[in-house]
Amino acid sequence: MKLFEYRGKELFEKYDIAVPNSRIVNSEKDFKDLKFPLILKAQVPIGGRGKAGGIKSSDNLKDAKGKLDKILGMDIRGYKVGKVLAEEKADIKKELYLSISLDRTKRMALIMASASGGMDIESVPDEEIFMEWVNPLIGIQFFNIRNVVTKLGLGKEDSKGVSKLISKIYKLFREYDCELVEINPLIITADEDVMALDSKIIINDDAMFRHTDIVPEMVELTSLEKDAKEKGIAFIQLDGNIGVIANGAGLTMATLDALTHYKGEGGVFLDLGGTDDPEKVKQAFELMKKAKPKVIFLNLFGGITKCDTVATGVKAVITKEGIDCPVITRIKGMNEDAAKEILKDAGLITATTLQDAAEKSSSLAGGK
Amino acid sequence: MSIFVDEKNKVLVQGATGHQGVFHIGEMLEVGTKVVAGVTPGKAGQEVKGVPIFDTVQDGVDETNADTSLILVPAQFAKDAVFEALDGGIKTVVVITENIPFHDAMEFVHYAKYKDAVLIGPNCPGIASPGKTKIGILPGSIFLEGNVGVASRSGTLTYEIVNSLSEKGMGQSTCVGLGGDPIIGTSFIDALDAFEKDKDTKAVVLVGEIGGTAEEDAAGHIIEHISKPVFAFIAGRTAPPGKRMGHAGAIIARGKGTAASKIKAFKKADVKLAQFPTDIADLVEKYC
Repeated sequence: MKLFEYRGKELFEKYDIAVPNSRIVNSEKDFKDLKFPLILKAQVPIGGRGKAGGIKSSDNLKDAKGKLDKILGMDIRGYKVGKVLAEEKADIKKELYLSISLDRTKRMALIMASASGGMDIESVPDEEIFMEWVNPLIGIQFFNIRNVVTKLGLGKEDSKGVSKLISKIYKLFREYDCELVEINPLIITADEDVMALDSKIIINDDAMFRHTDIVPEMVELTSLEKDAKEKGIAFIQLDGNIGVIANGAGLTMATLDALTHYKGEGGVFLDLGGTDDPEKVKQAFELMKKAKPKVIFLNLFGGITKCDTVATGVKAVITKEGIDCPVITRIKGMNEDAAKEILKDAGLITATTLQDAAEKSSSLAGGK
Repeated sequence: MSIFVDEKNKVLVQGATGHQGVFHIGEMLEVGTKVVAGVTPGKAGQEVKGVPIFDTVQDGVDETNADTSLILVPAQFAKDAVFEALDGGIKTVVVITENIPFHDAMEFVHYAKYKDAVLIGPNCPGIASPGKTKIGILPGSIFLEGNVGVASRSGTLTYEIVNSLSEKGMGQSTCVGLGGDPIIGTSFIDALDAFEKDKDTKAVVLVGEIGGTAEEDAAGHIIEHISKPVFAFIAGRTAPPGKRMGHAGAIIARGKGTAASKIKAFKKADVKLAQFPTDIADLVEKYC
């Protein structure tokens, strides 16, 4: 789960990491405890908001009020701005970059730091980014921090401040099961304070059960995706018009790929997973119907999941409620013959191979 | 021969008395896996399909000499279960459980390494060496004994590919499901090294997907160290960036982990790539 900047900063404060004085502002009265000049920042879960006009500075209340009204409700790459953070402008002496993320290859926490802060880290050359890995069994050690900080070319006081900050960030990273904690820029002020001007925190969804203090934000999901999440069905909406139901994430992805090969476009990605519970299959089909695909492509491989029990669920939906678009099925594996028998009279289009099914689905959906 | 597991592995199942546990103990026994013990705290003295249940891993190991554990416990308790297995002297741990927090996985993967144990998964279907053993939830009916090694990040997609190999008469030496999570214990590289050494493996099939750089790393390793022919399929060629495509590990983040980059790396390593999962069997047949 990606946290909004202001919520990330709330966590920073919990870990005694300095952030500028700030608050969420909705109207004029919310500004009364803040000192101008201020920066107004749209709270959206994606980068590039500055370029999109979602960050503005302001010197007085009247100006701030006008800019706030402009930012609130603004559309930033598909996200409607519902919250704006007003933050006192810091006196920046130096800008750094700092992040801790998961290194999938080494299976360790990766600390990345750079003296080139404040810009997109993707555009910083490799030799200016310093990396250090932390073994999860021993946790962060002084040498890890030294290895990074000595390379940043800071003075003694600043090095001390940044070192302390890294150990706090690591603690937050571990205790909140983060996939990423990024501060860009991390600043050193004219008064030698180390301060986080921005926050980007992603908490591992699978660990949310032990972070009940974090209220989930579902802003990244469409309403049907939310509905599916509540029902425990893996469901992702894409741009095309073919609805894909398959079992297993890999098979579902491979099915979408096959459609693209035949110039079709997957519109919905629905993974039944290991279930063959007819009730769950029914719910899945109902969700799919709501997404209004032009064609539904059911691609099933029966292993432990039995094809015939899935077929029973499919038939129940189709005979009881009807379905107003063509359904192409390709069923293979455990009890496939029984499944085909069950679906024989249900008015579905059957295909024997993945290629054949993908081609039929794509042409029925009208190519593009 | 085979890799990682064979008919000698004595399997203990953690989470043995749940619905999944009971069902899969039965399925494993049916294909000849030596399931010797089950563990569910508080249920010692019971039996599941004739397999004795113990309260702790240590009791199970002491009584049965189990050397392998299959983890079927819920995600919240999985870390504890893996640590218990490793401290109980288990040398091969297969973690089926899905949705385990990444930080937990990171810890137990490193602990397994420290204990010199093989850890497969998490979020994987398990491992099968056809004719010898099957440890996990893979369907026994799709396998055939033979010389093709299979390593995969996916479940059902693997079954599909294995099934098409078996239908063409090309059996498998071992099929290992590595898992769909970002943090996993056994990588493509580990599997490739083991298949390279295994005299009964003549060709290797890798089933990859978007997310991470495991395929790119494997491709680099193949160029340097692997002499046997390698075939691959990559799922998710048309997946949009930033969306978690079902598997936690299948996400294109910050421009890394795209199918295009994996395909490019494999081509450079002379790995034969299949367009459709079911084409793999044709490719293997053509080149072997």
